[in-house]
Amino acid sequence: MGKKILLIDITRCNGCYGCQVSCKDEHVGNDWSPIAKPQPNTGHFWYRITETVQGQLPKVRVHYMHLMCQHCDNCPLLEKYPNCVYRTEEGMVIIDPDKSFGKMEMVHDCPYGAVFYNSNLMIPQKCTGCVHLLRDETWVDGVPRCVQSCPVDVYTFGDEDDPKIVEKLATGEYETFHPEYGLKTHVFYKGLLNKFFIAGDVYDPVPDEVIEGAKVTLINAEGKEVATQETDWAGDFNFHRNEPGIYSVRIEADGYETQLIENIDATEKDLNIGSFAMKKA
Amino acid sequence: MYEEDKVGNGIKLPGVELEPGEKVFTNCAIGGAVFVHVKDGKITKVRPMIFGDNDTKPWTIKARGHEFTPPKRTSLGNYVCTQKGRIYAENRIHYPMKRVDFSPENRNVQNRGKSGYERITWDEAFDLLESEIKRIHATYGKAAITASTGSHADFGLLQYKMGPFGRFWNMLGYSTLSDNPDSWEGWHWGATHAWGYFWKLGISDNFDMLEEALKHTEMLVMWGVDPNTSAGGYNGQDGCRWRWWCKELGMKMVFIDPWCNYTCATWGDKWLAPYPGTDAAMAEAIAWVWITEDTYDHWFVDNKCYGFDEFKDHILGNEPGGYARTPEWAETKCGVKARDIYALAREWAVKKTMLGTASIYGVSGACRQPYATEWARLMVFLLAMRGLGADGCNTWGGASMAPPMDMSFRFFGYSDVGWDTFGIVANEQAQNTVKQKTYRILLPECVMNDKTEWIGEGFCGMSLEQQITRNVCPLPKEEGGAPIRMIYRQGGSYISTMTDTNRWTRMFHSENLEFAVTSDVHFSSETKFYDLILPICSGFERNDICELGAPGGYGANDMGANFRVIILMMKCIEPLWESKTDYMIYCELAKRLGFEEKFTEGNTIMGWIEKVYNASSMPKYMTFEEFKEKGYFVVPTPNMETFHRAVSNKWYYEDRECDVPDHNNPLIGTPRAKQMGTPTGKIEFKSTFLEEHLPDDQERPLLGQWLQPWEGFGSENAKKYPLSLETPHMRFSYHTHYDNKAPWMDEVPMHRGMKDGYAYWPIRINSVDAAERGIKHGDLVRVYNDRGSVICIAYITERMKPGCCIAYQAGAKYDPLEPGKEGSPDRGGCMNLLSPSRLVSPNAPGMVSNSIDIEIERWDLR
Repeated sequence: MGKKILLIDITRCNGCYGCQVSCKDEHVGNDWSPIAKPQPNTGHFWYRITETVQGQLPKVRVHYMHLMCQHCDNCPLLEKYPNCVYRTEEGMVIIDPDKSFGKMEMVHDCPYGAVFYNSNLMIPQKCTGCVHLLRDETWVDGVPRCVQSCPVDVYTFGDEDDPKIVEKLATGEYETFHPEYGLKTHVFYKGLLNKFFIAGDVYDPVPDEVIEGAKVTLINAEGKEVATQETDWAGDFNFHRNEPGIYSVRIEADGYETQLIENIDATEKDLNIGSFAMKKA
Repeated sequence: MYEEDKVGNGIKLPGVELEPGEKVFTNCAIGGAVFVHVKDGKITKVRPMIFGDNDTKPWTIKARGHEFTPPKRTSLGNYVCTQKGRIYAENRIHYPMKRVDFSPENRNVQNRGKSGYERITWDEAFDLLESEIKRIHATYGKAAITASTGSHADFGLLQYKMGPFGRFWNMLGYSTLSDNPDSWEGWHWGATHAWGYFWKLGISDNFDMLEEALKHTEMLVMWGVDPNTSAGGYNGQDGCRWRWWCKELGMKMVFIDPWCNYTCATWGDKWLAPYPGTDAAMAEAIAWVWITEDTYDHWFVDNKCYGFDEFKDHILGNEPGGYARTPEWAETKCGVKARDIYALAREWAVKKTMLGTASIYGVSGACRQPYATEWARLMVFLLAMRGLGADGCNTWGGASMAPPMDMSFRFFGYSDVGWDTFGIVANEQAQNTVKQKTYRILLPECVMNDKTEWIGEGFCGMSLEQQITRNVCPLPKEEGGAPIRMIYRQGGSYISTMTDTNRWTRMFHSENLEFAVTSDVHFSSETKFYDLILPICSGFERNDICELGAPGGYGANDMGANFRVIILMMKCIEPLWESKTDYMIYCELAKRLGFEEKFTEGNTIMGWIEKVYNASSMPKYMTFEEFKEKGYFVVPTPNMETFHRAVSNKWYYEDRECDVPDHNNPLIGTPRAKQMGTPTGKIEFKSTFLEEHLPDDQERPLLGQWLQPWEGFGSENAKKYPLSLETPHMRFSYHTHYDNKAPWMDEVPMHRGMKDGYAYWPIRINSVDAAERGIKHGDLVRVYNDRGSVICIAYITERMKPGCCIAYQAGAKYDPLEPGKEGSPDRGGCMNLLSPSRLVSPNAPGMVSNSIDIEIERWDLR
């Protein structure tokens, strides 16, 4: 059995929270010793969804971040608590529930905030990758509960040499969350909220009609044209997933004066830069 | 005789040896078929069904060079993932209970909602019920009792609400409480007059639509629809995968909703936001563009429709006193920019488009406005102008229905034979001898007033004429009428789901209501108003049989899952605490009232289940004993090379006889088989039925059209309460059945928001409106109008159009600051305290819950 990898395609996620809740179904009230003791009924999220509203009315989207233990190669807990934290042959980092009694400080050692302290049992706890299920021959599905709950295949779960994992990682679309931590995670995401959209729309005020097919060019701070689009039937343009930075947008349409919109600050968030009335040339 | 079977051994998963003490059962919740793991008599997990190698091969749709195949499993509505927490919830009703200050001698009705309860024995509960039923029968007559069940608590067939409940009350005789079509009022009372389909309660059937869309459709217009939210019910989330396929094929999804709903916010391509209640104006403007630019289907409106010329004159403003319904005009009504309306109309005119509404998963939004009849009719008109049934141009509710399925396999739905599901196989089906009826949205009036009148019969599935029957409660005594003196309630809460629900508090405090009984699994919003509370067990604590997602009856063959799955709903654990099944409760009551033998016909529930099994197509595939070991059966999928596709409405476009497998369509097999279910047999822009029966109705005119709504944007009422509130069906619960049960859902911030240790109901408001009122994100606010107040937690979001708010309906908690006091601010999230009791229009007796005039202010809990 090889190291397990979890790929999460956030762009497919419909935000149903089935994964977060199914994790609770598996772990609340169930004792999966020696892997894990029961999770408290409320307040702990071994699997957590957080949502962010992107953009401004009416160019709005919602982003659902999925966060759980990343089962890192360089897990700081493994290093700091060698007697009570171990890695399974499946590659999961497990906090031994019997040996970690009272180690409340462990909560602060994971930079991802994936560890919770169960104050009733007085043990730190977190996602186990449902390793108790992966080892259970009766669990014919062979995947953790979060993965099993998903109605739209947000996940790809498998061994690191599994062709479907290898193939998807090779696309370059997947990345790790907080690579700067340098922990070599076993979880990879597509669609992290680290790049931002720049959207808007174009119209002719006389008569009041949208302009389809206007050429819109996105220009970065160095003056380089990074992308061009034509406005769609609704007069909309939307440059998805741009590197954080300051941008300009140039709008050109036949018979109209060209517009340049400058100082578009997409360093921290997605932007609807507005509706642009084009003046007849 | 009616003893329930004990918990059995569960199913054998192929090739699997379970640990000692562990069992796996099959069951089906309201949002998906599940495997239930039980260890030592306690449920450990509830998960989707994963089908085995021996189960049927999935179908494959080939479209545009791609192949689409579903996985061999079920998916679950998100709330079903909390089923274990729901079953062991803290607010389960443990024992029979009686209000402490209630006795037949001294009823203290003024204390309903205030007083506490004391535990009594089942014998005491049955004694009280028996004596009260007999007393009321003797004093007033059978019609003095009405009884009602909530919608869709736990799924099932025999043990569902139309089973024991329906059989018992119909055998006994009682005043039927007619349900209003609360989720799709506009379709029922409006669209029926445009395209018939009364046998589908106003919404089109949907057959073979998935393949049709994947092959042909270029755009999906989701008007007042949030499919990723509403389609979790019944079939789980299988439809989400289909919508994703549509996206993969490049179909654009346009959403028309004041709220950037959940589907729009993740997968939408364009969001257009009219004010609640103004959608009909936008629809008229789209028609204006198509007419003036001559881009509509002339052949269809000339040959397959009636009254288009008058509609055209109306749209162009050629009628006396008329004016053109231009996008510029519509902008002043609905708040959507004229240029966006032009753009949508033009794109719709050149793209093969499915309108993602008008079937059961395309409901709950704009169809519940004042004059929602007109919006729904206009939706049919737009479909007609595009050629309803042309390749890829159709109505496909929420893109949530109709994968390839073998409809010749016979199984049943809970409403197949009306209000006595046992009637599918019983020697004698229950018949109610009492003629008197009450009406759900008018129940308080029926109890409190001397006389209540209304038009229409609730679900009018048999004929258009049912929409114009005159009803009165009570009926004259010589017709067996009696004032309503007792209510027996099963499951759910109308104080959360009906409208202007402070009326319910008034009703409970009325001396007229001498006895009020509820039976439920959990304490819900209105439970604490009843004199007697009976604990019933959940659907996982009893045996039943069902087909996944199959309602039967008017919803026959409304299929929204990838597969037809027949499920033995196994009793997984013994009923918790002292709860009982409905069947056991009604058997005991029937015994005491002298018709036990007639009620049971000597059958245990397992006996009934076996009879249903034998009446279905199942015995062709396995014996009942084999089925009991396996627990489920996946109906073989059709041969994709050979099976006959019968796309809804395509027969009409192609001028053929209707070929869809809908046995409820009364025209099939008659000389009218090529026709729609209207009097002319055509799609009627101008209703000939209304012309004959209600020619002077100005509020549902002969010609479907926009009318200034009496509540909502632009109305007089809105001057006092300028914000417009929508309360559609919610994402993280099903009616009142999952909220406030498992705390795991309350932890989802968009479902409930924690503040000072209390889980408040969120109201979404735009930053502009919030700033004007000094409201910050996460503040507690009082949402109010003349009808009531609800304390909510404010979420400030760009997803909300300025001037509008959304707070989902049916929070399962009613927690007024002063218990039992009418009008006291509620902090449980019972938004329907604010909705109007006024009906859609005088002759369209639907409820209105999606454009409620409100104001909001900051609230400090003092």
